Amino acid sequence: MKSDTIINKLHNDCHPHLDVKEVLGSSTGSNKVVLAGNPNVGKSLFFNYLSGMYVDVSNFPGTTISITKGTYKDYEIFDTPGVYGVSSFNDEEKVARDIILSGDVVLNVVNALHLERDLFLTMQLIEMGKKMTVFLNFSDEVKKRKIRIDVKRLSELLGVEVIESSAVTKAGFDKIEYAIENAREGNQSPELHHLLHNTLDRVGTQAEALIILEGDEIIAEKHGIPPGNADQREAIYINRRNTVNEIVSEVEFEDSRKGEFFNKLGRMAINPYTGIPILAVVLILVYFFIGDFISQRVEKYTENTLGKGQFEYYVKSFVGKYTPVDISVDIQDGSGNSISVKDFNFPDGLNADPQKVSEFKQVSAPHSSTTSFEFKNPIVRLFFGEFGIITMTVTYLLFMLLPLVAAFYFVMALLEDSGYLPRLATMLDRSLNKLGLNGRAVIPLILGFGCVTMATITTRLLGTEREKTIVTAILQFVIPCSAQLAVIAVLMSMAGAVPFTIYVVTIITVLVVLSTLLNRFLPGESSPLLIDLPAMRLPRMDNIFKKMFYRTYGFMKEASFWFFVGALAVGIMQLTGLLTVWQDILKPFTTMWLKLPKEAANAFVMGMVRRDFGAAGLFHLKLSPMQITVAITTITLFVPCIASFVIMLKERGWKQGMIIWGGTWIFAFLVGGILAQIFI
Amino acid sequence: MNNTLDKAKKGTYITVLSLPQGLLKVQLIRLGITEGSKVYCVERLPGGTVVLQKSRQEIAIGYDLAKKIKIAN
Repeated sequence: MKSDTIINKLHNDCHPHLDVKEVLGSSTGSNKVVLAGNPNVGKSLFFNYLSGMYVDVSNFPGTTISITKGTYKDYEIFDTPGVYGVSSFNDEEKVARDIILSGDVVLNVVNALHLERDLFLTMQLIEMGKKMTVFLNFSDEVKKRKIRIDVKRLSELLGVEVIESSAVTKAGFDKIEYAIENAREGNQSPELHHLLHNTLDRVGTQAEALIILEGDEIIAEKHGIPPGNADQREAIYINRRNTVNEIVSEVEFEDSRKGEFFNKLGRMAINPYTGIPILAVVLILVYFFIGDFISQRVEKYTENTLGKGQFEYYVKSFVGKYTPVDISVDIQDGSGNSISVKDFNFPDGLNADPQKVSEFKQVSAPHSSTTSFEFKNPIVRLFFGEFGIITMTVTYLLFMLLPLVAAFYFVMALLEDSGYLPRLATMLDRSLNKLGLNGRAVIPLILGFGCVTMATITTRLLGTEREKTIVTAILQFVIPCSAQLAVIAVLMSMAGAVPFTIYVVTIITVLVVLSTLLNRFLPGESSPLLIDLPAMRLPRMDNIFKKMFYRTYGFMKEASFWFFVGALAVGIMQLTGLLTVWQDILKPFTTMWLKLPKEAANAFVMGMVRRDFGAAGLFHLKLSPMQITVAITTITLFVPCIASFVIMLKERGWKQGMIIWGGTWIFAFLVGGILAQIFI
Repeated sequence: MNNTLDKAKKGTYITVLSLPQGLLKVQLIRLGITEGSKVYCVERLPGGTVVLQKSRQEIAIGYDLAKKIKIAN
């Protein structure tokens, strides 16, 4: 099959099987160059080098995977997610498959340290008949480790150009243009052509024919022919594996094998005896960075000074020009103690009384004051009041959630790129098996301590629906998000050591009981752990920031809308009096069953807007240590914030989402009540 | 002696005799583990999670999968 026919074919049928055309279809005329490779091969550095500043990032429809596209001279460059092969085992592979199928030239980046693994994808690309060139990356590292690779022979065996490169020193990057121009089809075995013959007649391109024969249902369906069966795929795979092994044994020579520091560290991270202390150190560092630096110092500035002090103040004073408002200014001394409170009433809005306005501006101007606005019009209150959809939600999203989510993604990228995360998953695998999960579930579970909404979206990376359900339930039930953790920590420090122990033991018990029950009664089987452990190394900061930026952007884009919807729903409930009805319904449970003051019911209801509001509402009640324990336990287990609820409905569907949500009500009051009956 | 992978000894070379059928087999082949291949057992955690090494590549395999892989040591 000649490649120009492939191009024509692809231009004609813009990929109806997935929404790729949204991202890829805009390009006509210039050559599409696709960067492809296994995970952790340094592909993105090639991409950054090629595309410079002009990069489009778009989230792939239906996934959290982002596609990056840039231009280099006359070429359009596409980055793909790192994959081990072209097929549709998971979202990453589906995305990579569609981009590779539509590309004119493939630049295959290979980790020279892992030839055996990486050449598997290379061989598949060759067998697909793609015009390509191989970049042998990490070639400096190879020499350092006294490994010799016969590049000339490798090029002969593969039938394509092989260029040595180092993404760190940028060696070989100057040959990229040469690589694109000299890309060609590699050596394909006659047996393969024989095998592909029948399918090729009906499909038209060798690439798609091969993918179909390997059992790809989506591409097969597109052409209306049955996909290859498991035996055919296995035969192709084993054949390919053998070819790769033969090639590697012919071109790679190793002089000595030496264990180095990072290698040892990697081993230590897996073994529980050394791995648990390492985990403890990592967690302490993460705590100081996120718990102390970001959520205390940075957020104090962003939320109070920028959010409430600047953004909300100006929006509210602007709105106040046109609508009746009472303003009270709390003037404080340097250490935040209140000196005096001044009230201003504007029954016809600020515009009607310029003299009083200048008086008010004078008082509220210094930074050592807190200004609160009370709008008389309920609709105005709904949008601009204390819990206003525009004022509160924007402050929450931009000045509280954004720094926190960015910090979490930053830490996750560090852990991921250093190679620690897969080792942590390995160490914890067996423990998570008992909960019906495998080691990979550690990622959404950790993220849950940052933001449950963010973590719920991340459950997509898990292997089966069953695992997604279990993790989502754990997140919604027992994991307190950072907003809540901060308040819980303060309340607990007031209560003392025994209540704290009771709280922790209760929450862990609920976690174990809940996931054991789910594991027992959910149908199906969870997937076992099967991950490759990339070499431990110092992460590159530019890559870390890139990942942080894309993921944070993706999350904000996906979740922001639902925070507004949630705030609107609760705002309307408040306006119509439904919120009071809720509180009245809950009151008997609160006083009789949980043995808390009836005002605590407000805290539960407000917890639906933002989980920290729920806990913060308890500050003002004079609670005994045991009452604090009961209240905190109930609130931790109680319904998640409304944004994570909506995201959960999106991810898990209405039925399952509602069951989990209802379950949190029952569990929270049941467990809280049992504690109350025992200890109060 | 025939055995399953979850019982492999840490620090020994083992030969893979058979893999479970289906998608997992395909994924194992991609990572370089085929029937008949000789691999090094880097680590066997309490509980049976195993870390294998094939050339310089390390692969972690959960207990549930490991017990379905037959090996000879």
